[in-house]
Amino acid sequence: MELVGLASFLVFFLTLAGIYALVTLGLNVQWGFSGQFNIGIAGFWAIGAYTAAILDTPASPFHLGGFAMPFWVGALAATLLAAAVAFLVGVICVDLRTDYLAIATIGIGEIIRLVLKNEEWLTNGVRGIAGIPRLFEALGRSGQALAFLGFVLLAILLVYALVERAARSPWGRVQRAIRDEELAVAACGRDVRRFRLESFVLGSAIMGFAGAVHAHFVGFISPEAFDPLFTTFLVWVMLVVGGSGNNRGAILGAFLVWAIWSLAQFATAYLPLAWAGRAGALRVLLVGVLLQLVLLWRPQGLLPERPPPPVVRRDA
Amino acid sequence: MRIEVRNVSKAFGGIRAVRDCSLTVEPGTITGLIGPNGAGKSTLFDIIAGFTRPDSGRVLLDGRDITPLPPHRRFHLGLYRTFQIPRIFARMTVEENLLVVPPHQPGENLLVSWFLWPRVVRREREIVRRAGEVLERLGLWRLRDALAGELSGGQKKLLEFGRVLMSPCRTVLLDEPGAGVNRTLMARLAGLIAELAHEEGWTFCIVEHDMDLVARLCDPVIVMAEGTVLTQGRFDDIRRDRQVIEAYLGGTLGAEAAP
Repeated sequence: MELVGLASFLVFFLTLAGIYALVTLGLNVQWGFSGQFNIGIAGFWAIGAYTAAILDTPASPFHLGGFAMPFWVGALAATLLAAAVAFLVGVICVDLRTDYLAIATIGIGEIIRLVLKNEEWLTNGVRGIAGIPRLFEALGRSGQALAFLGFVLLAILLVYALVERAARSPWGRVQRAIRDEELAVAACGRDVRRFRLESFVLGSAIMGFAGAVHAHFVGFISPEAFDPLFTTFLVWVMLVVGGSGNNRGAILGAFLVWAIWSLAQFATAYLPLAWAGRAGALRVLLVGVLLQLVLLWRPQGLLPERPPPPVVRRDA
Repeated sequence: MRIEVRNVSKAFGGIRAVRDCSLTVEPGTITGLIGPNGAGKSTLFDIIAGFTRPDSGRVLLDGRDITPLPPHRRFHLGLYRTFQIPRIFARMTVEENLLVVPPHQPGENLLVSWFLWPRVVRREREIVRRAGEVLERLGLWRLRDALAGELSGGQKKLLEFGRVLMSPCRTVLLDEPGAGVNRTLMARLAGLIAELAHEEGWTFCIVEHDMDLVARLCDPVIVMAEGTVLTQGRFDDIRRDRQVIEAYLGGTLGAEAAP
């Protein structure tokens, strides 16, 4: 019985870590590839989750809905809507240098969260949206969980293949050049705005897609789930620990940090009673310390960025 | 191509960096742009290349008004510029630094990169071959896989010049190509610039403080001071010019050699 419990926890853990890995891959496109400091991750993730939730749930008196669309429709719409919002934000903000873009995206993330919290007709406000259909329901409880994990891993593989190809392509080369010396890229005839906008939109679209997967995994979403602490902050730690600029690093960082985050939850169970109320804060503290240690001792992350293999091999 | 600057002015705060400045760079020449520090040479370069918008005046390229165009559009008209402090891509390899430059790369379209990879590879083959030639020519072949950030100052300057050779532009603004490059290399670079101008018809406008290099390479030489053109002519003539010597505070312009 213990073992079954452990196995099902492991499946749950891996699935959620996998969803984080998707979001972290999205952030890597923005920060790792082209140096754009997005601190509004929570917003794009939430847009994806809510879009899928509204489109895919049966009718409810509490929020807009009743479309009962299949998963893939919700996921596609989530991806496209996150991309569209990122495009609008990007057109305005993409010229901002790193720290200013960070400030702007913090604001945008908060605006999105407040809209989701307050527009009750759309999202049922703080009470959230329940009854988001789970995938593979026909397979029974444990079969469903396993199948969903398989699906998430497959999604990671697909997104990894796309972003890795992007990184190795001339497109990715221009992105890295912009990250290093924007003016020289402009002198080379490239429209820097266009490239920055594209990576911002691509990264946000991936976050939106991850949001749709997330909604269908947990079955219930509310604004609370998109607290910047559990989304934006954690994803940034994942990318920094794993190695920004390295897609495998992004995936590794997501699984590793999520493991530490989850294990910390178990550890806090052994805290003296007087401390139990502070368990959540201690967890955050632990991850914060981890981030500090990595930045001090291995700022390039566990899997540092390397120049990608050349598109064509040179002879000799 | 002919570069014409017409009555251009630019102020930064209270400082009038460029004042009603007019000059012409004739096609096929290696035009030197000299003057004491703060004469406005770099600002004028930025204006010609489109990195700074002038407060007034116009910039023409072969008669076409390019004043409102952003830098990347000017590149496609055939105008390229280098930077005083080499702006190389530090976290990319030497070869990658060159591969960024050539235009019309289908792989810069994400959809093409995802779904039509063979097209990307085909264009890349041409570019890599060209980059190989440029690396050989500049003696950087050995360093092709090194990170550009690890190069010496002189090597970075060379790499910056390598990007000039990778671009299809034939009108080039060079901002102090000689700074930090040793004598031997400088001689080779000067030979290369002369060859490109005289045999292949390239146009160069060069800001340079190394007067030996200016003397050897540039004709005509335009002297700027206090934001505008002081005089213009052959190097041998202008270095005897009283005004010019004064502008340089009686200093560095080979004055000791003048009678």
